[in-house]
Amino acid sequence: MKYDSQKVALYYFAGALVLFVAQILFGLVIGTIVVLPNTLSELLPFNIARMIHTNALIVWLLMGFFGASYYLIPEEAETELYSTRLAIVQFWLFLIGAAAAVVGYLFHIHEGREFLEQPLWIKLAIVVVALMFLFNITMTVLKGRKTAITNILLLGLWGIAVFFLFSLYNPANLIMDKIFWWWVVHLWVEGVWELVMASILAFLMIKLTGVDREVVEKWLYVIIGLALFSGILGTGHHYYWIGTPGYWQWIGSVFSTLEVAPFFAMVVFTFMMVWKGGRAHPNKAALLWSLGCSVFAFFGAGVWGFLHTLAPVNYITHGTQITAAHGHLAFYGAYVMINIAIMTYAMPNILKREPYNQLLNMWGFWITSSGVTFMTFALTFAGVVQSHLQRVLGMGFMEVQEQLSLFYWMRLGAGLATFIGVVLIVWSLVVPGKAKQVGRVAAQPAE
Amino acid sequence: MSDDTENWGALSELPGNPLMWVLILSELMVFGAFFAAFSVSRVLHPAMFLADQVRLDRLVGGVNTMLLLTSGLAAALAVNARGMGDIRRCRLWLGGAALLGLGFLGVKLAEYSDKAAQGFGIETDTFWTLFYLMTGFHAAHVVLGLVIMAIVVWKPSLENVETCVSFWHMVDLIWVLLYPIVYLIR
Repeated sequence: MKYDSQKVALYYFAGALVLFVAQILFGLVIGTIVVLPNTLSELLPFNIARMIHTNALIVWLLMGFFGASYYLIPEEAETELYSTRLAIVQFWLFLIGAAAAVVGYLFHIHEGREFLEQPLWIKLAIVVVALMFLFNITMTVLKGRKTAITNILLLGLWGIAVFFLFSLYNPANLIMDKIFWWWVVHLWVEGVWELVMASILAFLMIKLTGVDREVVEKWLYVIIGLALFSGILGTGHHYYWIGTPGYWQWIGSVFSTLEVAPFFAMVVFTFMMVWKGGRAHPNKAALLWSLGCSVFAFFGAGVWGFLHTLAPVNYITHGTQITAAHGHLAFYGAYVMINIAIMTYAMPNILKREPYNQLLNMWGFWITSSGVTFMTFALTFAGVVQSHLQRVLGMGFMEVQEQLSLFYWMRLGAGLATFIGVVLIVWSLVVPGKAKQVGRVAAQPAE
Repeated sequence: MSDDTENWGALSELPGNPLMWVLILSELMVFGAFFAAFSVSRVLHPAMFLADQVRLDRLVGGVNTMLLLTSGLAAALAVNARGMGDIRRCRLWLGGAALLGLGFLGVKLAEYSDKAAQGFGIETDTFWTLFYLMTGFHAAHVVLGLVIMAIVVWKPSLENVETCVSFWHMVDLIWVLLYPIVYLIR
């Protein structure tokens, strides 16, 4: 860490980790409701708890992106942040807005549009927060050095804000509603978020492997080129059955199949950089998360996405547990892991800790990753059984759900393992590893 | 070769900016997927495809093939001229290539309006959906090629000309495959 203002990232990382734990706790609650349907039925209905599970995820990932930007932009631009105070005000506004939304959900105050359930005034507050953030980082980049990483990160972050504006458009026509709903949901996670992910990954590769910036930048351009080329028209894979013309089945199938390409490129990129770099950076855990991120994103977003993206396949699997399996592994692999990667790299630097609780962090990596992987397989098998019983044999929805209960129990177990892993990750990042630190400091002079 | 075009591995050997070649490869994958989709659909619905295909005018497609290939020749001559340092001739050849490209688009538009007048739209059946999607995507690339040409006429460095003409030849190549697959093979 070279610039004092990078410290402001700590607010965002701390906020993100708190919401991360909350998100997983609510995941456990809804996982329990699925197998024991009367759980909390009066106090916290499934739809409300699910809303909190998904909204908390999105908010903490965004908070992590904000933190990542505040950490890496001063370092890349080689200048202090434009305004640290503005960044702190923005943090509290965002956190209070998110908390207000959650409290509102508990009292059943929401707009009922999946993932965009926030009441209008919260959406407007999000726009204000986004503008404060974009102003702050754009001014920082404008007064400092412009690199491919800062340019692409800014492009991605501006894209996030621009596409969020479509959440304010809420037409009465259900087809139009869905068309533009995907402009937020799809063009975020399969478009501009990939730019943010790739630029953070590029930053980490430069720092952790010591490979020349020129090489990393070339990969970055190829990755984001592939992401936008496939991702924008890939939106078509959501337009199969919502009342849009049939040609979307062709456009969606062809372009979304290519969405695997940028994720595959990220795997090749990260492993090539580590192989070429040869620098033994002391923060092994950050490197593990970076490599894990590209691999899990490739499987979760790429392979599990392709699994049900072709229109004739999706005709059978649409809205089954296959979708849930893909959703969990893709969000974990791409966006949870990139956030934990940058936190694992940045937090010890900000807190001035010698590589801290690395071993615990890596245990967190393996336990969480195993939990999410097991969950993905359980849900995938559930989805295959569901597709066959419900869509091929024509059994009733609830009748089929009973057949899936074994898989749902396994999912709950996997969720519990995930929670344990998450606690280890958060613990390793927040609590200093005292004993080891002393040992290491004592050992150093002898080297 | 400028700094931007060095150390790209296999892509460094190719003319023009390596990122253009990433785009070209991506485009070939997309059109390849469409050609495969067209061929599979044709095997699944042979009668429908035959009945619809005879409605296409092979001569119109042939004229367009000649227009686009001649345009490709003009573009190649523009690279030659730029290589010899003759910027004025390079610009003229690029202008000629662009005019022929416009001619292609004119013929395409006339063909579309003729088909639409006969009642064949993008949703008529699978053949027409794929016909309009494939030729439409291709025509969109002709338009993009013309935009790139306009930029390169304005800034005609050798790298820019090579980049532009590489893209233009890809547009040629796709048409040369599309024409027999959609118009000729019955």
